[in-house]
Amino acid sequence: MSMPFYVSPEQIIKDKADYARKGIARGRSVVVLQYEGGVLFVAENPSRSLHKVSEIYDRIGFAAVGKYNEFENLRVAGVRLADMRGYAYDRRDVTGRSLANAYAQTLGSIFTETTKPYEVELVVAEVGQVPEGDEIYRLTFDGSVADEHGYLAMGGEADEIAASLGQRWRAGMGLEEALRSAVTALGAVSGNPPRPDQLEVAILDRSRPRRTFRRIPSDRVASLLGVESGAAPVPGVADSPDLPPAGGEGD
Amino acid sequence: MTEAPGLPGSYMAHGASFAEFLQRSGLATGLPAGLEGRVDVPHATTIVALVCDGGIVMAGDRRATMGNLIAQRDIEKVFPADEHSVIGIAGAAGVAVELVRLFQVELEHYEKIEGVPLSLDGKANRLATLLRGNLGMAMQGLAVVPLFAGYDLDRRRGRIFSYDVTGGRYEERDHHAVGSGSVFARGSLKKLYRSGMGTDDAVMASVEALYDAADDDSATGGPDLTRRIFPVIAVGDAEGVRMLDDAEVGSVVESVVAARHTNPDGPTAALPGGTP
Repeated sequence: MSMPFYVSPEQIIKDKADYARKGIARGRSVVVLQYEGGVLFVAENPSRSLHKVSEIYDRIGFAAVGKYNEFENLRVAGVRLADMRGYAYDRRDVTGRSLANAYAQTLGSIFTETTKPYEVELVVAEVGQVPEGDEIYRLTFDGSVADEHGYLAMGGEADEIAASLGQRWRAGMGLEEALRSAVTALGAVSGNPPRPDQLEVAILDRSRPRRTFRRIPSDRVASLLGVESGAAPVPGVADSPDLPPAGGEGD
Repeated sequence: MTEAPGLPGSYMAHGASFAEFLQRSGLATGLPAGLEGRVDVPHATTIVALVCDGGIVMAGDRRATMGNLIAQRDIEKVFPADEHSVIGIAGAAGVAVELVRLFQVELEHYEKIEGVPLSLDGKANRLATLLRGNLGMAMQGLAVVPLFAGYDLDRRRGRIFSYDVTGGRYEERDHHAVGSGSVFARGSLKKLYRSGMGTDDAVMASVEALYDAADDDSATGGPDLTRRIFPVIAVGDAEGVRMLDDAEVGSVVESVVAARHTNPDGPTAALPGGTP
């Protein structure tokens, strides 16, 4: 008869958290930032069909990093919750806050009750009528919720990307400037900002009635960045002060 | 899947249909079936739709009747179903409006979950399925007869679908009308319709057809110039669906009504070989 080892609850939680963190850090990053006209999502994602950024409801968007099947499950559940509420009550009664709460509860109980936690990090963003009304919630694998303002980065190298964003982001910036800052930040670690065809870009456009979520196709991204679609990197990025001299650019 | 306090397992299950999700979750809220007797409820009346060059036009009058009373003068019976399709309804108004609401959510839900919108045929088939679920109520006199039209992005043209209460789906050529005044509207459309007509002409023809329906059917409301209550008109093309505003419809209605002052039966069709 073998004696089961005693493992302290602290150790179990720590192991699970480390496991989830490692899984999330392996993936590519997503940044979310407020700009004058709404909320901008930029994800490093070469796939055209497996989205990291999606529409949940009229004024609510969703972004995620980590394991695709896990956050896809959560995204679908979120769409159902939002549509269910809008159908049962009214479209105005669907809020980002209630969705963030539902995700927090779900992620929290999966983290505590199952042996394998979800390796995901989510953002639920709701665009307001004015910039002050924007709400951005960040949810981590253990169900913690943070109310974010301005900008955030998730996924591998999130800290470095957030630091780079912090130097560039300012309240009331336009879409073009916001997109440039985001792409520059995504390339902050490698020194190689991703090309437009490697990006998934979407916005919650404050000025639109009803459904505000819009994807921005890569040729439009390229023209906003002032580069050829899918070819050269972003000009003016390599000489940014906080980046190491970039090698192998422009090929 | 764990039953989490936030999102029940049924929210995580596979599938892109909102209506099926409602049923699976026990959240569907239909009227109780199998009740005895009949109820008197407001009924919505005439809807017309035409295929025109590059799209469709759908128009509905504004009257709801309950027996021999006018229940509402300004009911709306034509709605955008999604970005490229419209739905008009005739029959029991309460049930019909609810059906439209469910259909709109159904289409948006699919689009969000799957990442692409349904094909026009797919939308038409979903509506047939939703309608079939209403058969029990139709037997009790609460029938709903929708008319569905939209721009088919694959075939690049407008298309019209009609339905019966059992969910039978029929594609119509060129034009169609449903509701109590539809007999007169269809006769009118037959004479006014021209293949490949432009959107403005199709809008004009739809208003003429509704006028003719209101002329002979007491349950269809004619344009109300004193209260400025005009037909609801939707135009759908490759760019999407647009509901015409009161000013646009008003100018068409005014010209139709003005012409009827001199010619109460409306425009005449030419007889082949006859006097022009």
